Amino acid sequence: MAMAGADLRRLFKSKDYWIPLMLMAGLFFVVIPFFSLSMIGSLENTQFVDQVTQIVGQLPDSVSRAVAGETPTARASYVVAVFLLAPIAIIVPLTISAAVGSNAIVGERERGTGEFLAHSPLKTSEIYLGKLIASLVPGYLATFVGFSLYAVIVNLTVGPSLGGWFFPTRGWLILIVWVIPPFIAIALSLILRLSARVRSAAAAQQASSLVTLPIIIVSYAVAAGVVASPGASGLWIGAVAWVVAGLLIARGASTLKRDRLLGVASET
Amino acid sequence: MKSEMDPAIRFSAVTKVFGRIRAVESLDFVAPVGAVTVLLGPNGAGKTTTVRLTTGALVADHGNIEVLGLHPKTDGDEIRRRTGVVPPKPAFYDQLTGWENLQFAARIFAGTEAAAHDAAERFAIEDALDQEVGGYSTGMRTRLALARAVIHDPEVLLLDEPTAGLDPESARSVLNLIAELASRGRSIVLCTHLLHEAEGIADHVVLMSEGHARAAGPPKELASRYMPDPIIIFDAENRQSLNQLADFEGVIDIQWNGGIHATLKDLDRLPDLIAGLVDGGARLTRVEPLVPTLEELYFEMQRSHREQDA
Repeated sequence: MAMAGADLRRLFKSKDYWIPLMLMAGLFFVVIPFFSLSMIGSLENTQFVDQVTQIVGQLPDSVSRAVAGETPTARASYVVAVFLLAPIAIIVPLTISAAVGSNAIVGERERGTGEFLAHSPLKTSEIYLGKLIASLVPGYLATFVGFSLYAVIVNLTVGPSLGGWFFPTRGWLILIVWVIPPFIAIALSLILRLSARVRSAAAAQQASSLVTLPIIIVSYAVAAGVVASPGASGLWIGAVAWVVAGLLIARGASTLKRDRLLGVASET
Repeated sequence: MKSEMDPAIRFSAVTKVFGRIRAVESLDFVAPVGAVTVLLGPNGAGKTTTVRLTTGALVADHGNIEVLGLHPKTDGDEIRRRTGVVPPKPAFYDQLTGWENLQFAARIFAGTEAAAHDAAERFAIEDALDQEVGGYSTGMRTRLALARAVIHDPEVLLLDEPTAGLDPESARSVLNLIAELASRGRSIVLCTHLLHEAEGIADHVVLMSEGHARAAGPPKELASRYMPDPIIIFDAENRQSLNQLADFEGVIDIQWNGGIHATLKDLDRLPDLIAGLVDGGARLTRVEPLVPTLEELYFEMQRSHREQDA
């Protein structure tokens, strides 16, 4: 935990880091939802509302029955608030955590602080797990705070037309608490291994995007599914993701070598 | 000081290769317990790799390493708990304060906050502990690195070019601190290519070159091995009278260097030489044996090995 603590303290002391983080979370969880939902709420019988109504009609019964609202506008607002914006909850933490994680080990090497860690009694698995926690926490924290604000915005903008506060739905709770954390962990377990192997932070960021993109696509689909059908399947998906994350983390922790923390390996 | 039979560090035929670069090759040396051992050699001699192999940060390809009777490959965690390292360019988390960096080190080395305070005080860095390390000067960073390295009171301290980039005053104070640690019974390994740095504090010298230990031993022993013939410094009011030394029996070589440095076959000849010089009209002002500096020894060892290699 000492490793994670030092990294987190360092990250949160760095304005260069947390100001873009807050801007990104604020944009996706507050600004875009607020304007989108306010705009939809003010529309009556527009083409957009008609299109959303048609789409809902084509969805499976279990999903279309879950769409609340008496009027077409209210149902369109519900669809946008609950279904369309759901995957944001995956994109934000993955992007933030990937940015931190990609620099985690190669950054130690570039700064020279890896030399201190390499000569320390910390086990490489402790260093790996510390880095993983320090990369996961900012992304998840931003998501949790952003999600809370998102819930308030949704309830304030859409809630009145649906008879009161209704958000978060069961699917969203499963997503936030049970499904998102292992997906971040899966991405980070791979990103940290890349971070240990590449020669520069720039290369690490390039490589991490190759890992993050497919995971975002998969998790986007999973998130949409969990929110639309928040039954046992969501719990199962989360459980499987936790097992995969656990295996990848264990593998990653065992493969980190101490010499990866040092400067140029051939330096004598 | 304990004997060489009881080493803090022992390298036996150790080889470490990076691609096509043989960083250390068949390296043998011993760093005695409670002594200051100086790894002396030019850049690229393999000193940093040797430090990294000692703590197990790097794993040797061949050979055997013992540190405090333990093996880095299997007992690395225990060795790292009992050693402290000051790297050539000490790096810190620059956004954190000096105190936060020391706290981090105390946590991972199972040291206490009291020990962190003591270390900061000993290295005269306590007044800057509230500042972010990013604003530290090179000298402050080195002092913080030294404080960090001794926070857990290590039995072995490995210092890799600890005075690199320091002004002479700061460098001297760092060397004094190293000498103070040595006086408290710690085993110290100091890597340097600066000969004057090792002068006076080295109990044991290992001359490294191209990954090999070319020679090792206490400076006096090395001096008697590489500079076996006694050298006497003569000076006189009438210096020209000293030229007659070249004709005296038992004088191997003379060189003007302020006075005359006369290399003798043996010291038994000295009374006859003095008497001869006085009889020859020399008004002597100085007759004293030359104690070779580490620098003179170093270059003599290098010359000797070049001749052997040739």
